[in-house]
Amino acid sequence: MMRRRTTLLTGCTGILGGLALGATACGGGPVSAGGGDKALSGQSVTVAGVWSGTEQKNFQKVLDAFTEKTGAKTQFTSTGDNVSTVVGSKIEGGNAPDVVMVPQVGVLKQFAQKGWLKPLSKKTEEAVDAGYAPVWKKYGSVDGTLYGLYFKAAHKSTVWYSPDALEQAGVKPPKSYDDMLKAGQTVSDSGLAAFSVAGQDGWTLTDWFENVYLSQAGPEKYDALAAHKLKWTDASVVDALTTLGKLFKDKQLIAGGQKGALNTDFPGSVEKVFGPEPEAGMVYEGDFVAGVAKDQFGKKVGQDANFFPFPAVGGGEAPVVSGGDAAVVLKDGKNQKAAQALLEYLSTPEASAVWAEAGGFLSPNKKVDLASYGDDVTRATAKSLVGAGDSVRFDMSDQAPAAFGGTKGTGEWKLLQDFLRDPSDPKGTAAKLEAAAAKAYQD
Amino acid sequence: MTATLVKDTSSPPPGPVADRTRRLRRRGKIIALLFVLPALLLLGALVVYPVLFSIGRSFFDASGTSFVGGDNYAEMFRDPATLKAVRNTAIWVVIAPALLTGLGLILAVLVEKVRWATAFKLLLFMPMAVSFLAAGIIFRLAYDEDPDKGVLNAAVVSVHDAFKGESSYPTARARDAQGLTKDKDGSYRTSTSVAPGDAVALGLVGVQPGDLPGGAEPAYAAAGRKAAADELRGVVYLDFTPGGGGEQGKVDRRESGLPEMKVEAVRDGETIATTTTAADGSFRFEGLASGSYEVRLPSSNFAQPYEGVSWLGPALVTPAIIGAYLWIWTGFAMVLIGAGLSTLPRDALEAARMDGANEWQIFRRITVPLLAPVLSVVFITLVINVMKVFDLVYIIAPGPVQEDATVLATQMWLVSFGGGNNQGLGSALGVLLLLLVVPAMVFNVRRFRRSQR
Repeated sequence: MMRRRTTLLTGCTGILGGLALGATACGGGPVSAGGGDKALSGQSVTVAGVWSGTEQKNFQKVLDAFTEKTGAKTQFTSTGDNVSTVVGSKIEGGNAPDVVMVPQVGVLKQFAQKGWLKPLSKKTEEAVDAGYAPVWKKYGSVDGTLYGLYFKAAHKSTVWYSPDALEQAGVKPPKSYDDMLKAGQTVSDSGLAAFSVAGQDGWTLTDWFENVYLSQAGPEKYDALAAHKLKWTDASVVDALTTLGKLFKDKQLIAGGQKGALNTDFPGSVEKVFGPEPEAGMVYEGDFVAGVAKDQFGKKVGQDANFFPFPAVGGGEAPVVSGGDAAVVLKDGKNQKAAQALLEYLSTPEASAVWAEAGGFLSPNKKVDLASYGDDVTRATAKSLVGAGDSVRFDMSDQAPAAFGGTKGTGEWKLLQDFLRDPSDPKGTAAKLEAAAAKAYQD
Repeated sequence: MTATLVKDTSSPPPGPVADRTRRLRRRGKIIALLFVLPALLLLGALVVYPVLFSIGRSFFDASGTSFVGGDNYAEMFRDPATLKAVRNTAIWVVIAPALLTGLGLILAVLVEKVRWATAFKLLLFMPMAVSFLAAGIIFRLAYDEDPDKGVLNAAVVSVHDAFKGESSYPTARARDAQGLTKDKDGSYRTSTSVAPGDAVALGLVGVQPGDLPGGAEPAYAAAGRKAAADELRGVVYLDFTPGGGGEQGKVDRRESGLPEMKVEAVRDGETIATTTTAADGSFRFEGLASGSYEVRLPSSNFAQPYEGVSWLGPALVTPAIIGAYLWIWTGFAMVLIGAGLSTLPRDALEAARMDGANEWQIFRRITVPLLAPVLSVVFITLVINVMKVFDLVYIIAPGPVQEDATVLATQMWLVSFGGGNNQGLGSALGVLLLLLVVPAMVFNVRRFRRSQR
């Protein structure tokens, strides 16, 4: 910025002689040069988020578009996985970023309760009201005040399959959980295990559970359980575990049986379906499976890899479990005005379209034109996410305290791994989950 | 430093000299204090203060605001994970230092006698140069259960397979209630009895078309053939039409036979005849006496491929990690003990040799007793080191067995920062660890003093 200003100044002195152009451009007043309305020229916004690599590059494109439009300079820093620690220490060090992309509901709440956040501007709120299902506003609000704008979302109710494997077995993507097990049985008859389950990573198991629970018990109970207003010993939890156990205990349905599943991590589970030597026909996880299948195993998404929505369990609706990154404005940031302007920009379909074209992105904003997504499969996931409207629910384990829902080797992760190892006692597992939850929620 | 100063001035001469001496002594004390001050300050700030802070912190709850007394200590011994950590730490302390000292001693004695001693020492010492993190990642891979990834299991599996062949149809199985019953040993037999003159069709599933032995042919034609009066015949076929559409339990046109399958005719539990299926999956037993038989597919057809040892399973994970630890530290023990060995008085050894002692006697009666001080220093140092082992355990143990492998140091970190964020309980664990290390430290300090005297 400094450098550009100096060149502008020398430019001005250079043309002092006669040209009219210099007069307004070099005056102290509001600058409006070039295309677009560069009302924020000279300001700069710092943004922090978990993204790195390709995601960071693509988000940079969005930031560049913002710069193009407003003239404000932007700078993105990647925080690594632990946003709350990094941001906390930056605030204490007096070096707070202006905008943070928060990856979990729990963290957003924690920030708001610590008084670190600034409510979003009227304009952003209007855009959220107009473009987002109310549930997204709810997840972005704490005590009725809107602090977070969900810019990027994940769709965690997608079952990915290899079309070849299903064709070989002669089955069609199923419409209900029971159909899915039946189709799985047929796939396994054909010689390929039905599902590859990443039991070594506890979070994939919590995602399995959440989908079954959301569909079987319904959104109200889901919310109550997520807030730990409902005990884990509730009959609905035992039912969901029993339903899940039907799949887990069937050695024919899981690649390598339970022991094999416990030795498979998430990338490994994708490899078992989309790798060079397929061992299974289907793998359940969020929309990001497509990215792994494409980048690591060179599969053409839509042709060699496709998905069907996680089917409805029992008489319930098909679940849509989601997650997302919310943009928040920090109180201690130095450029409040530019930060709010950035959020206003991020709430427009235009900003989402920039990343949507680059790929690896879903927007919960229903105003985003589906045509802006790069391929059909992403378009279909986006459609399913937006189409689910208000019945979308956030990943439950992300809403829980980390000790329960987000730590390797303890809490929900560990207990569901134990359940995968021996699914014979859903009731006992529910009781253990309740004990761990009670300890972590401290209520 | 101080000790020597005090000693020098310990017997003051009488008379006017005494005054001077006192002054000198005071001055000496001040100077000594000045010299020691920076070190004291550093130690205070970096060791004493944190220790005291941790002890204080251990009496407060997770948020650090309310005083809970001894609750954290009570909680510590109520939590099964912590108890497991205590148990595992005990296993570590009992096994690892003893093994290491023993190994180090043996290697040091042996290496002294070989030609390329320095090269050997260098080689064995090399792992010390590898960071624990990197070593952990290496061993995590080496211990991997999949023989395609883990080198240890690859070795185990290839040795096993060299002695025992693989079966042709490890994944094959029969559908329930379609004519075949599975026995406990993994073999299948016909659910109803058959007699000579019958033809049976035994359908199996779960074999990928690509996994069929080369030359497998459709079973349809063979399934249509009638049996002669004194023969029992049939087909073993893959009851699955690629792409779906086949009828279950029936040999459809495109369904393949399963060649090279062992088939037995069993009568009253006794195997009468054995044969192997042809390319189209057909088999027949000729010249059977009349009566009722069972057709059996013995379990050797379906033997699961050997999967190796699950090194990182709940049972073996701690020994496996101790193994990795040995790999890193053996060199250290060997070099220290080797140094001690080279200072041994040669005359004692020579005298023993002259008196006709053999090498084993020399080792047991002379080398080891003379080396005892060095051995105990190595041992105690390793005990202290083992108590704080963290990185190897944290990296090598996969998520599902982390709790089975946990030791006090990892548990302390997990409780304080790894999700639990209960630094009160974490501090209590830290204090416990400190208390456990103190005896070893006292012992080491005493030894050190004694050797200085």
